[in-house]
Amino acid sequence: MLFRKFALAVYALLILIPLLVVVLTSVKTLQQTFANPLGIPEGGLQFSNYVNIFQEQTMAGYFMNSSIVTLFSVAFTLLFAAMVAYGITRLNNWLGNLLFLLFTLGMMVPAQVSMVPLYSLMLDLNLTNSLVGLILVNIATTLPIAVFILTGFMKTLPKELFEASTMDGAGNWKVFTSIVIPLSLPSLSATAIFLFVMHWNDLLYPLLFITDNAYKTLPLALLEFQGQYATNYPMLFTGVIIASAPMVVAYIFLQRFFVAGMTAGAVKG
Amino acid sequence: MKISKSIYLFFIPGLILYSIFFLFPTLSALFYSFTNWDGFSPSYQFVGLDNYDRAFTGDSIFRKTIGNNLKFMLVVVVFQTIVALAFAVIVLKNTKTTIFLRALYFFPTILSSVSVAFIWSFIYDPSLGILNQLLELVGLGFLAQNWLGNANIAIYSLAITQVWFHAGQMLIIFVAGLQAIPQDLYEVAKIEGASKWQTFRKVTWPLLAPSATIVVAYTTIQSFKAFDLVFAMTRGGPNNSTEIIATYIYEVAFRGFQFGYASAISVIFMVIIAIITFLQFKALRSDRISY
Repeated sequence: MLFRKFALAVYALLILIPLLVVVLTSVKTLQQTFANPLGIPEGGLQFSNYVNIFQEQTMAGYFMNSSIVTLFSVAFTLLFAAMVAYGITRLNNWLGNLLFLLFTLGMMVPAQVSMVPLYSLMLDLNLTNSLVGLILVNIATTLPIAVFILTGFMKTLPKELFEASTMDGAGNWKVFTSIVIPLSLPSLSATAIFLFVMHWNDLLYPLLFITDNAYKTLPLALLEFQGQYATNYPMLFTGVIIASAPMVVAYIFLQRFFVAGMTAGAVKG
Repeated sequence: MKISKSIYLFFIPGLILYSIFFLFPTLSALFYSFTNWDGFSPSYQFVGLDNYDRAFTGDSIFRKTIGNNLKFMLVVVVFQTIVALAFAVIVLKNTKTTIFLRALYFFPTILSSVSVAFIWSFIYDPSLGILNQLLELVGLGFLAQNWLGNANIAIYSLAITQVWFHAGQMLIIFVAGLQAIPQDLYEVAKIEGASKWQTFRKVTWPLLAPSATIVVAYTTIQSFKAFDLVFAMTRGGPNNSTEIIATYIYEVAFRGFQFGYASAISVIFMVIIAIITFLQFKALRSDRISY
C-alpha cells in the first residue's frame, strides 16, 4: 500500500514539477533564470515577459489565426463527418461498407506520407499562406477518425427511429438534423474535443503551408520563437503558457469530456 | 425499406474534400516515387525503381533513420504500456483522489508537441536543466549528460519525453478496459482458489486484450508519427541520431528538394506502418476471448 502511494506521488510530481517550472520561469528574467534556474528569484517575480512578448510578437494575430483555423476545422469536420456517418448508417449495404472502409483507411496513413504531394497541390491551388487552405486540409485529414467514431455511434441507434420518421414523410435532411444530430450529441461532443485538441496543437500543416507571419498559428509561431530567443526560456515559456491557456482552461472545466473525447480519438490506429 | 436517393447527397462534401486533399495526394506519392521530380521544375523523368533502390541499398542515412525509429518505438511502446497499465491498476477504483490523479496524469496530452518540446529541452539542458541538477543533488553528478546533444542517447531522451507526453492517455484506456471486466469473474476465481497470477492470466488479461491491442497499436503508430516532437527538439540531430522516417521525409523533400525520392520513402513508410499494425492486431487478437 505504501509503495503504491509512493509510486502515485512520484508520477504526480513528474507531471507537476515541470509544469510549475514553466509557470515560474515565465515570471523570471533571463538573468534570474541563469542565476537560479529552478528556485524563486530574490528580486521577486515580474510579468515583463508577458508584456514583452505581446510587444515583440504579433501574438494577438497568431492567437486569432489559431482560433479561426480550429473553430472552422472542427465545425466542418463534424458536420461533414456526421453526414457521411448518417449516409453509411442509412445505406447499410455493400456501398455503405465500402465507403466506410474508404474513409477509415485514412486513419492508417500518417500525414507525413502525403505531405510532399500535398504541398505541391496546395501551391498549384494557390492555397499556401491561407487560413482557408489550412482549414480544408484539416477537414480532409481528420474526416477519417471522425467518420469512424460517429458511424460507430450511429449504428447503435435503433433503426425503427429512422424508419418511423421516414414514413411520416420526413426527408433525409430532416431526419438527420432533428433526430440523428440531437441523439448523437454525446459522441459529437467527444469527437469535437478530440478535434479541438488536435487542430489547436497541429504543427505540421502550418509548417508546410505558411511562411507569412500574418497567417501563422500559435504552434508554428512558438517553434519560430526558438530561432529568435534561442535558450531564453523565460520568453519561450511565456509563449507556451499563452498558447496552452485556452486548452488548459477548457480542460479544467470540461475534464470529464476531455478524457472521454481523447479516449474515443485514441482508437485511431 | 426504400431509402430516398437524397441519401447520396450526404457523402458529397466529405467525399470531395477527402478525395482532393487526402486520397489524391496520397496516391500521387506513389506516382512521384517513380520520378526524379525536385518539387518545383515543370518537368521530370520517370526513373523506374531507382528511388527505391537508393533507399534500400544506397542511402545509409535512411537505414539509420529506420533504426532510430525502431529504437524510439520499442522504448516508447514498452515503457508507455507498462507505466500506463501499472498505474491504471492503482487508480482503478473511482475515488476523489484517483479521479484527480487520472486527470493530472492525463494533462500532458492536451499540450502541443511544441510546448512539450520546450519543456523537455529545458529539463535536458546541460547547464540549466532540472535533470542534471537533480542528479548532482542526489550524488549522481557523474551521470549528468548533454541529454539531447549526445548522439548515443538523444533518441532515448526523446522517447522518454514521448512517454511523459502520452502515457496518461493510455492509462485512461486501460482504466476503461479494466472497469469493464465484470466483478463476479474475480469472485468466482477467488472461490475456485486461483492465485493472483492465475487470476491475472486467465481473467484479467484475456478481457483486457482489446484495450491492450488499442494501446499497443496506437502507441506504435504514434511513435512513428512523432514528427512534431522530434522536429521541435532536435531537428533530427545531432548527426542524424534522432532522425525518424517522418522527419527524414521532410528533410529530403524541403531541404534537399528531392520530391521523387521523398515520395518513395513515404511509400515505404506507409507499407511499414501497415505491416506493423496488421501483425499487432493479429498477435493480440488471438488472445481475445469473451465470457
